[in-house]
Amino acid sequence: MTTDAVWAALADIPDPEIPVISLVDLGVIRDVAVDGRRVRVEFTPTFLGCPALEVMKRAMEAKVAELGGEPEVEVISDDSWSTDRISPEGREKLRAAGFAPPAPRAAGTTTLVQLQSKAFRCPYCGSTETKLENIFGPTPCRSIRWCESCRQPFEQFKTI
Amino acid sequence: MNERAQLLLSLADDELIVGWRDSEWTGIAPTLEEDVAFSSIAQNEIGHARALYELAAAELGTDADALAFDRSPDEYRCAPLVELHLMEWAHTVARRYLYEEADRVRIEALKGSDDAELAGLAAKIDREEVYHRMHAELWAARLRDESRFRAATRELWPYALGVVPPELRDELARRVALEVVEARERGEHTPALAELWEEMTEVRRSVPGATW
Repeated sequence: MTTDAVWAALADIPDPEIPVISLVDLGVIRDVAVDGRRVRVEFTPTFLGCPALEVMKRAMEAKVAELGGEPEVEVISDDSWSTDRISPEGREKLRAAGFAPPAPRAAGTTTLVQLQSKAFRCPYCGSTETKLENIFGPTPCRSIRWCESCRQPFEQFKTI
Repeated sequence: MNERAQLLLSLADDELIVGWRDSEWTGIAPTLEEDVAFSSIAQNEIGHARALYELAAAELGTDADALAFDRSPDEYRCAPLVELHLMEWAHTVARRYLYEEADRVRIEALKGSDDAELAGLAAKIDREEVYHRMHAELWAARLRDESRFRAATRELWPYALGVVPPELRDELARRVALEVVEARERGEHTPALAELWEEMTEVRRSVPGATW
């Protein structure tokens, strides 16, 4: 078993809540190490309160077991995951599915001014005439915005 | 219990109990937006509690659920601010605002801790808290000149000081432009905690080991 084979297998696991994007696209897998049959996966969670975290962990264990490996998924609780880890392909998949991808994190701390100065594009019509409706949305990772041009609400991935 | 475990439990208990209190607005907040906001904030705070309980559990040789639900009310180390049952909007917003400010001062200190595990977790929590602070600041700015909100803030201020250790209190007071007064310290719980505990642990006590 090679690390490439493990990465390829993990790339087949969809995000439990936004299945258009895989766990590899989402950037939650920090490292894969193979030692004989033992496969160690470093998992860096998105939002700590996200109920999908356990589902992701179990799906990774099942996938490694399918390959004949003995999985060991280590949860990394530091700030190594940010929305900047979502791959360019992942961002495009989010947009196609109707989610505005997160704005890039600028250097330094996220601030209100910085967030509001970003132009958020409507995933349906492409307009930047959009406004924040609610910082919070249906899951911890999303906000709700409103498009003034096509007059539809849409979900915006929070930048963290 | 060593000092590290005590600190982790204080932090985890604050986040669990404030998250529980925030969740009490689910379904009945004054607007739909606030219903979503309070539910989402509650989910985040309880997620932070879980991560902190997991560090404490590794230290104490137990598991996160046992720490969250199997202790008696007097074993919890939360600050009285988070225990209060405040089903009135001015008080609710005043607590959210004061708690977020206190938590910000505390997280900043923890990010610089020599304890790499705790510093890393504090940095992660900090990124999520940015959104809680935005929410609290928007409300505080909107209600700043309302007498009910000002009275609620004054009433809860000694409690807010009790969230942070004495060495961080000047900084907290500076952030919220109030004077340091005698704090309502951690240690002696309000009667509200026992009532909350009865409700929060009911399933766990009725059906030990239940999973769903």
